[in-house]
Amino acid sequence: MPKETKTMNLNFGPQHPAAHGVLRLILELDGEVVEKADPHIGLLHRGTEKLIEHKTYTQAVPYFDRLDYVAPMNQEHAFALAIEKILKINVPIRAQYIRVMFCEIGRILSHLLNITTQAMDVGALTPTLWGFEEREKLMGFYEKVSGSRLHANYFRAGGVHKDLPIGLDNEISEFCNSFPKIIDDLETLLTDNRIFKQRNVDIGIVSKQDALDYSFSGVMLRGSGVPWDLRKSQPYDCYNNFEFNIPIGKNGDCYDRYLCRIEEMRECVKIINQCLEQMPKGPVKTNDGKISPPSKKDIKESMEALIHHFKLFTEGYRVDKDEIYTAVEAPKGEFGVYLISDGSNKPYKCKIRAPGFSHLQAMDYLIKGHMLADVPAVLGSMDIVFGEVDR
Amino acid sequence: MNLESLEKLINSELTTKINSSSINHDELKLKIDEEDLHSVILFLKNDTRTKFRQLIDITAVDYPERDTRFKLIYFLLSHENNLRLNIEFEIKENYKVKSITSIFPSSNWMEREVFDMYGIHYKDHPDLRRILTDYNFSGHPLRKDFPLTGHNEVRYNEEDKKVIYEPVKLEQNYRNFDYESPWEGTKYIKEITKK
Repeated sequence: MPKETKTMNLNFGPQHPAAHGVLRLILELDGEVVEKADPHIGLLHRGTEKLIEHKTYTQAVPYFDRLDYVAPMNQEHAFALAIEKILKINVPIRAQYIRVMFCEIGRILSHLLNITTQAMDVGALTPTLWGFEEREKLMGFYEKVSGSRLHANYFRAGGVHKDLPIGLDNEISEFCNSFPKIIDDLETLLTDNRIFKQRNVDIGIVSKQDALDYSFSGVMLRGSGVPWDLRKSQPYDCYNNFEFNIPIGKNGDCYDRYLCRIEEMRECVKIINQCLEQMPKGPVKTNDGKISPPSKKDIKESMEALIHHFKLFTEGYRVDKDEIYTAVEAPKGEFGVYLISDGSNKPYKCKIRAPGFSHLQAMDYLIKGHMLADVPAVLGSMDIVFGEVDR
Repeated sequence: MNLESLEKLINSELTTKINSSSINHDELKLKIDEEDLHSVILFLKNDTRTKFRQLIDITAVDYPERDTRFKLIYFLLSHENNLRLNIEFEIKENYKVKSITSIFPSSNWMEREVFDMYGIHYKDHPDLRRILTDYNFSGHPLRKDFPLTGHNEVRYNEEDKKVIYEPVKLEQNYRNFDYESPWEGTKYIKEITKK
């Protein structure tokens, strides 16, 4: 007589600590083997795209901080670039350097969070404590430059809001000197750690072809051996001026993706150092009074500046009728903004392409046939943040 | 290969299927008819010269005043050629679009999102459910006639000890400021600022 087997449904999340936010995952289990995974997303859906349609271009920037909230400025960058390309604004070179520097800081922020929480998901607590200490310093830089630790609202079309405060460059440079040692320390905890390797090596393997078919980008794509990074292939702002390498994985498993992120953090430090060395003096936003607000001093003295200030913060600037897709290499992958402007002061449509959305979609394909305990490991290595997946 | 030669190549290979093509902001835009979607995408993906192996995104745009209300846009990327391309076509409301899940598995959720946000249905889609909105949600939020505030709001009811849904009540009406001033400014100043 044949044995009868029954699969069991397991509801993972939305309140599970390893769900990295509010993921509800319906798992169909045969014993401990996952047969099917059905992610239910949208529990953090805030209607960002709809809200942006009702806000002026300046008011829309803070919504980008709230997408991938562990690396806020990288998102703002895509939006600022889109507007700049439509309006054909020349961004001052100093502003470009500041933006690149803070994007790289954002990349370290994101990778630190991801690596350490992934380690926590598979059983190591210490990396989180060490990593978060560094994140705190980085968020301190965010605060010094923009006034807030997380939701910066710092990048503008045409540059950045304010110049770096005096002394910040020295602090960042000090951080860059000490941080590689921290990465080494993290690596001694994880890279050759037997448990970490057992939980990650050969888990969640993605082949090259599947990585392309499932629209993977960023580390998910590079971990599978596809040499593709928008900072190199379609450079934006001043990324052309820097020397850095793109780490590529070999096997496409969770462990390779971890190694890629570790190496990327070292490259980030290189870029930040080069930024600090090369950064010229000068203005940090375009001098076009129709787009960037005048200085406080000008407002006190010039009637025209006062009018510009008033108009910019009530009506905002108008963007010519156009359509554009702009993508940046965010820490998680290709973050894109598809902007349709209709000549008014608000976008007609603003579609946000979040890398995590495509990655999470492949959950079913990645986890099929793995054990239940591999679910957090795979989920952790995908680097999911629900702010951007749910938008 | 650059965008110009790609445009030439596609126009010569798919003469009958491309209605028009243009290059804007480093991206090639192809306008096609919905019937040709599968064949155009299959060609772009499989041809050894074009190599558009990755689908970046699918989205729709709502133009309620037009006869063909929705415009659908497919973004493709070729890593080998380092080129981007988008395909667009217009459809009427209630028209069922062919799903491309058989060509790009990643289009599954993207189409679900378009369905959720715009109410555009797909033929042959394996699993066409809502994706971002709440369970039992009604309406399609990104349509222009959907109010920004939505229709329902939720709160925790202390008496029933559960979360309940209620129609939206606003203490103050939503204010949509009209900036479309008929005053365009003096002509000679405009000419000066243009220079």
